[in-house]
Amino acid sequence: MTDNPQRYREFPMPDVGEGLQDAEIIRWLVATGDRVTDGQVVCEVETAKAAVELPIPYDGVVHELRFPEGTTVDVGTPIITVDTGTGTATEEPPRRTPVLVGYGAAPGPTARRIRRRPGTPATATAPPQLPLAKPPVRKFARDLGVDLAVVVPTGPRGDVTREDVRAAAQHPSPTEQLPLSDQPAPAPDETRVPVTGVRRATARAMVASAFTAPHVTEFVTVDVTRTMKLVRRLKGHPDMAGLRVGPLLLAARAFLVAVRRNPEVNASWDEERQEIVLKHRVNLGVAAATPRGLLVPAIEDADRLTLPELAAALGELTTAAREGRTPPAALRGSTVTLTNIGVFGVDTGTPILNPGESAILALGTIGPRPWVHRGKVVPRQVTTLALSFDHRLVDGDLGSRVLADTAALLHDPRLLLTRA
Amino acid sequence: MSGDGIRLLTPEGERVTHPEYGLDAGPEELRALYRDMALARRFDAEGVTLQRQGELGLWPSLLGQEAAQVGSVRALADGDHVFPSYREHAVALCRGLDPLVLLRLFRGVDHGAWDPDAHGFHLYTLVIGSQTLHATGYACGVAKDGSDAAVLAYFGDGATSQGDVAEAFNFAAVYDAPVVFFCQNNQWAISEPNARQTRVPLHQRAQGYGFPGVRVDGNDVLAVLAVTRAALEHVRSGRGPFLVEAFTYRMGAHTTSDDPTRYRDSAEVESWRAKDPLLRLERLLRREELADDAFFAEVTAEGEALAVRVREGVRSMPSPAPEELFDHVYAEAHGEVDRERAEFAAYQASFAEEG
Repeated sequence: MTDNPQRYREFPMPDVGEGLQDAEIIRWLVATGDRVTDGQVVCEVETAKAAVELPIPYDGVVHELRFPEGTTVDVGTPIITVDTGTGTATEEPPRRTPVLVGYGAAPGPTARRIRRRPGTPATATAPPQLPLAKPPVRKFARDLGVDLAVVVPTGPRGDVTREDVRAAAQHPSPTEQLPLSDQPAPAPDETRVPVTGVRRATARAMVASAFTAPHVTEFVTVDVTRTMKLVRRLKGHPDMAGLRVGPLLLAARAFLVAVRRNPEVNASWDEERQEIVLKHRVNLGVAAATPRGLLVPAIEDADRLTLPELAAALGELTTAAREGRTPPAALRGSTVTLTNIGVFGVDTGTPILNPGESAILALGTIGPRPWVHRGKVVPRQVTTLALSFDHRLVDGDLGSRVLADTAALLHDPRLLLTRA
Repeated sequence: MSGDGIRLLTPEGERVTHPEYGLDAGPEELRALYRDMALARRFDAEGVTLQRQGELGLWPSLLGQEAAQVGSVRALADGDHVFPSYREHAVALCRGLDPLVLLRLFRGVDHGAWDPDAHGFHLYTLVIGSQTLHATGYACGVAKDGSDAAVLAYFGDGATSQGDVAEAFNFAAVYDAPVVFFCQNNQWAISEPNARQTRVPLHQRAQGYGFPGVRVDGNDVLAVLAVTRAALEHVRSGRGPFLVEAFTYRMGAHTTSDDPTRYRDSAEVESWRAKDPLLRLERLLRREELADDAFFAEVTAEGEALAVRVREGVRSMPSPAPEELFDHVYAEAHGEVDRERAEFAAYQASFAEEG
């Protein structure tokens, strides 16, 4: 351990149980500037299993306490820096610190070692992508003369449902309305689809957003078992009678609370005037796959709604979008956006910001996964949240707080009472 | 006799007599017993610290059980064999095991890889109670060899609820195996109190199997030494096994993963603190002027030196090479293992250099 003496030594949060992921710092027993000796207890931490004291493994002077009391810190994350007074003082870049005999390592960029021998060629010919649909739906589409390839799927596994086919039949896509003569003669092995309407608007918006706002996307995987339990309970609750209660509702609520707690994220960038525009109202955009394509209708002042009001607004919004009757006014004015890509069964993604906004949260699929809970690997309901933000006005600090807050609220929805 | 069992030294450090058991220990031996206990306590505290610093995966503390362990192991002869559970650190030290060899197991560098024959100290057994069967089988073997060696099997009060222990008791009894069953009743099987382990005092269990059992004050190192000596003499004489219940207390957590404040009363812990095994021997040594401040300072310094050696040794302990996992599958070379080792080496070599 003394092979490469460094002046500033970091003490990473140890795994004081067997396979714990994090621990909460309850109390610091030393302060910056205090002299410490190897083996001296410097703080008390509490894990899912026990409250324990941590002894520092260095002699020296406390240089920095990295986290305040009350912070839950991942195992492997440095919590205190000690100036040992000897060795080289050069500031080292943060490095990946193994947790010794604990479990796992500090989170950081993972570089998988590269196999020297070439394996099978990576570029295989992709099979033709057939739209997913159950046989009766295929027959239904055939009967109505609807091409499944142009139907926007909304099924739980990204499959085309009977409703999708019906909607596509009622709102034929612009493709079919164009006179054939306007189209260039397609090559025999391809189909050319003119870009119009929502598709064109979406494309323009995405290009404008992706190439003006420097995007950063962060991810957090979180145990949402308690949220799922709460969803089940709320479903039977008289206050929520007749309302659609699902994980999206609580995700929306958690995100809104996180935005309220970090209001600087509810803002936009004014390039022309070189100003940051802080929005006083929180209008929640909800990305919706509709027969017309991707739409982002908004719920105005969503942060001020009660849970039943929010559920009603979400229900109305999704129904209207699905039926293709979203009022144009609802398509403007969102300030932050939530996209539920989990309905397609995918884990997560890197969402592109709705133009004029600074944050978009993607909710991944929720399902049972092996998870370390109270020191044991047990099946837990787990999801991954992804937050993209505009790095011109949202720093990693702010973006991370919004994401971490949202995750914390979904991990323990009781916090919705204390933090709202 | 108090409820704590046979006693030769009170918590206040006063000698008492017992009609059946006595100990003729000189100043030298008394000081040595104190030193053994003090070094074990210091070593154990360092184990807890190293675990809290992330250097060990787990540490089961022996705090409070020093007298039960030192008194019993010091009753053994060189050729005797010990079957420990996983908390017998004082026993290991007294048998001459290098503490760093012991700590390799708790750092996960190996799975317990000392030579059991080198010190007559078998590998730690983390499966509860199964070592009592191993000890019984070993003792049967010792008897068949015509050796006069004895076997000492350590286990806890929780293990007495295991079928393995019941089987071991019965086998040892019917075959007159020369084994002393040494139960450290530290009152708690993790979070289960003694009252949830047994309806009768544990030492009385032996009666049902047809061999003697006694309770000894496990915090009285003199009584433990005297009783274990008598027990070993009994088993060596071919009269079958003997059960010693050392009535003691686990002052610390079950292991570093446990938080005893969640299930036991601090008043109970304090009542046992008053019966501390080191303190009562120190009181005796001082009262009878068998040791002075210099002696205690010397023992403390020796403990600190041991702690430093252990700390530095653990922190600089290298991780084993991946190929080592093939080394101890069989005692001798084995074709299939050699093939697997070669295949694994080729796989390892197939990676590009990290850079």
